[in-house]
Amino acid sequence: MALSILIFLLLFIKLGKDRSNESILNFINIALLINLGTGLYSNETGILFNGMFNTNALIVFEKDLLNLAALIISMQSYAWLRNSKHVIEFYLLILTSLLGMFFMISSGNLLMFYLGLEMSTIPLAAAANFDLTKRKSSEAAMKLILSSAFSSAILLLGISFLYGTTGTITFSILTAHINGNPLQLFAFILLISGFAFKISAVPFHLWTADVYEGSPVAVTSFLSVISKAAVLFTLVNILYKVFTPIASTWYLVLVVLAAATILIGNLFAIRQDNFKRFLAFSSIAQVGFILIGISGSSQSGSASLIYFILIYIFSNLAAFGVVSVVSALADKENISDFKGFYKTNPILSWVLTIALFSLAGVPPTAGFFGKLFLMMAGAAKGNYGLITFAALNMVISFYYYLRVVKAIFMDENPTPIQKIQVPTISKIAMYICVVGVIVTGLASVVYNYIYSISIGL
Amino acid sequence: MNLTLLILLPLITAALILLAKGLQQIRVIGLTGAIAQLGLAGWLLKLFIAERAAGNNATHLFESNQTWFKALNINYHIGIDGISLAMILLTSVIVVAGILVSWSMDKLSKEYFFLLVLLSMGAYGFFISLDLFTLFFFLEVAVIPKFLLIGIWGSGDKTKSAMKLALMLMGGSALVMVGLFGVYYNTHTFDIVQITQQGIPVAIQKFFFPFAFLGFGVFAALFPFHTWVPDGHASAPTAASMFLAGISMKLGGYGCLRIVALMPDAAHTYSWIIITLATIAIIYGAFATMMQTDLKYINAYSSISHCGFVILGIGMMNKTSINGAVIQMVSHGLMTALFFAAIGMIYSRTHTRIVTQLGGLLKAMPFISTVFVIAGLCSLGLPGFSGFVAEMTVFMGSWQNSDGAYRLATILSGASIVVTAVYILRATGRAIMGPISDEHSILTDATWNEKLAAVLLIVGILIIGLAPFLINHLIMPSTDAIMVQMGKVIAVK
Repeated sequence: MALSILIFLLLFIKLGKDRSNESILNFINIALLINLGTGLYSNETGILFNGMFNTNALIVFEKDLLNLAALIISMQSYAWLRNSKHVIEFYLLILTSLLGMFFMISSGNLLMFYLGLEMSTIPLAAAANFDLTKRKSSEAAMKLILSSAFSSAILLLGISFLYGTTGTITFSILTAHINGNPLQLFAFILLISGFAFKISAVPFHLWTADVYEGSPVAVTSFLSVISKAAVLFTLVNILYKVFTPIASTWYLVLVVLAAATILIGNLFAIRQDNFKRFLAFSSIAQVGFILIGISGSSQSGSASLIYFILIYIFSNLAAFGVVSVVSALADKENISDFKGFYKTNPILSWVLTIALFSLAGVPPTAGFFGKLFLMMAGAAKGNYGLITFAALNMVISFYYYLRVVKAIFMDENPTPIQKIQVPTISKIAMYICVVGVIVTGLASVVYNYIYSISIGL
Repeated sequence: MNLTLLILLPLITAALILLAKGLQQIRVIGLTGAIAQLGLAGWLLKLFIAERAAGNNATHLFESNQTWFKALNINYHIGIDGISLAMILLTSVIVVAGILVSWSMDKLSKEYFFLLVLLSMGAYGFFISLDLFTLFFFLEVAVIPKFLLIGIWGSGDKTKSAMKLALMLMGGSALVMVGLFGVYYNTHTFDIVQITQQGIPVAIQKFFFPFAFLGFGVFAALFPFHTWVPDGHASAPTAASMFLAGISMKLGGYGCLRIVALMPDAAHTYSWIIITLATIAIIYGAFATMMQTDLKYINAYSSISHCGFVILGIGMMNKTSINGAVIQMVSHGLMTALFFAAIGMIYSRTHTRIVTQLGGLLKAMPFISTVFVIAGLCSLGLPGFSGFVAEMTVFMGSWQNSDGAYRLATILSGASIVVTAVYILRATGRAIMGPISDEHSILTDATWNEKLAAVLLIVGILIIGLAPFLINHLIMPSTDAIMVQMGKVIAVK
């Protein structure tokens, strides 16, 4: 664990030198690869700083997922960063944020958790502003920083109430002191609102679409994949380990959040034309499905969450990868621009199509397994009303994903996007994603491993 | 024999198609793959008969069970009985015919053949599954190729039809999914064989049966979920129509049959609903066909009517009627594929499918017209063709239910055959007989590939029609097993 942190430090120091963008980018990608490798290699269990910082096989695996996603995003944004003047600053922000997430996932106490969360959010707000010449970008940054400050305040209030009623902020001691008295429940609601803000669950989702639209694609994909994943990992950890005495309460909260999130996310996604806004709402709907899986509160619940995140990394980043190169090289970001895309860019079209089918949960892509296992975990509680609702919502989501596929393959367009020359490194990233989308599902090894390290209630 | 070959062969074919260059190579690979499938299916039949003759009376032959997702107790469990074998044979015949009629597909041919082959893989996987999870997996695998085939290569309002079809089928599979979860959480397994052994509590059956049955019913064009059928079939390119009506509607019928066998108590309770819906589908489909002038719509609506017989046979829940339902699935698959092939051949020459604009085609294209007439006669149930055997068996089975309402349903469905005769004879008379227009009189007859496809399907129809004992012999032991199963579970209650 400590190894991966060291590598980050090295990275920051080395980047001080003045070099050409290409070589810096190549260097960073290699460093990220090494980082991922060390993460896979080190797999020890340990507790640091009196229980403030934990690590075990599960946490290391979660961090590996984030490292993988960061590497893929970095490779995909090659075309965009090549001409940027602030490459080093960009990586500095992104990697600091990643480090913050690592602290958050490892946290064993509310203070550490809060620090990690802030450390991960604030750099992202700066990164959202990275299209320095675009007004929308600074608008996005402003929205992100204000809304996250707001949610942090709510979270802090919740934490302080919790401290007030239990007298401790350490997770392991906290559980014994939670008895479900009204103030604690209030604190819990505040806490979960803070979380819901970060994972943009309805009704705390309002910032999402604007921020996603305004930010550069790389930051958007970082926000929608890595930052959500990290918060979700922590959420499961806290729900399953700390708030066990009031499990029936948070089950209800999750059910309501999940149902609202799926429905609203779906309904809004239907109306979008901007690709980033579209993916923003689709990712909101996906979070709803994840919440259903978590609500199953079993070992298969947390396993299916992590499994789904892995698949979501591959499929969402494949989609963002295509959008990213199209946006960087053809300057088009609307779904209607993709009409007739198949005629000019067949390979990119297939990548995007496979990614969208995976997001929709259609076999043989991995998304099918991911969604099915989430719903299965949720169904364990016997709440078939919710499961039927979610299943029918899958049909709605299928509609809007198919709309994009329809635009790509079937709609006529006199002026389609011209042939795009994708940089090799971005191409590799896309192929990794596509292979991941297909293999992760069919190869049951992955799920079985995740299951073996997961925790249940 | 390892049944996974049935999945691998289409996969390999599909991969080779991706590597191939030029229409000629692609279609040759496609056809070779399809013929290999047919050969494999035939060989499977031979082995199956040999095993049975050797006294192996196990319900499922060639079983293989591998753990897939250990933590969730999901297995890759495959095996076939007589019913699945009949379906596999049907699929392989239609795949060859479908590839033959698309011989001159020059628009994006690589993608086209790739998707056709992928669709057939889904069907094979579905029919060999003995695990509800893999069954569901392959059911959904087949949806995407359908959407793309209709949306890209279709005619008319193709994107709307493709969307409608995909969404309705997805809705169906969503219902199936809920039903399967219910079964899973009350038996802790997806394995059909295990579930049959341990049985499902009656209350659970009653709750989840409607989900699963209606879900598969959407695929089988059960009223009122039939609305995707006419548009989907009419917009699809010829081979896709053949696959849709010939294979993928059978996924629904087969799924319904398996669900009834898994939850016999619930099926028994709800059988009056099933039969009512089936009767409505049969009569409504027949009358709706009367109103159509587009040949493809005629066949699509008549498919609703014919698939109603499948559901009727299943809903009657006795041995003869279930036998009839299975034969009707095979028969309708062959017949409707032949019909769509003939319509496709006519359309590619005349560029119209409207009955009133056609006429006297027999003079210009005798072969195609003969094929059309044969398909029509089979559809209206003329003895000697498979349609007669299948519908007769269903009626005989239905009549065994002496309950008044069941009798009424049987009589009403039987009466619909008259309506069928009206629309078939009228369409045939207008399009095939009578005077021919000048522009149509110069058109050419079928090419070798079209002839081959038609002959293949006609041979299938005649085998069932003239020697029904062959297919009966194949499926009878399996329907027996299903009946025993139903009796056992009902006795346990």
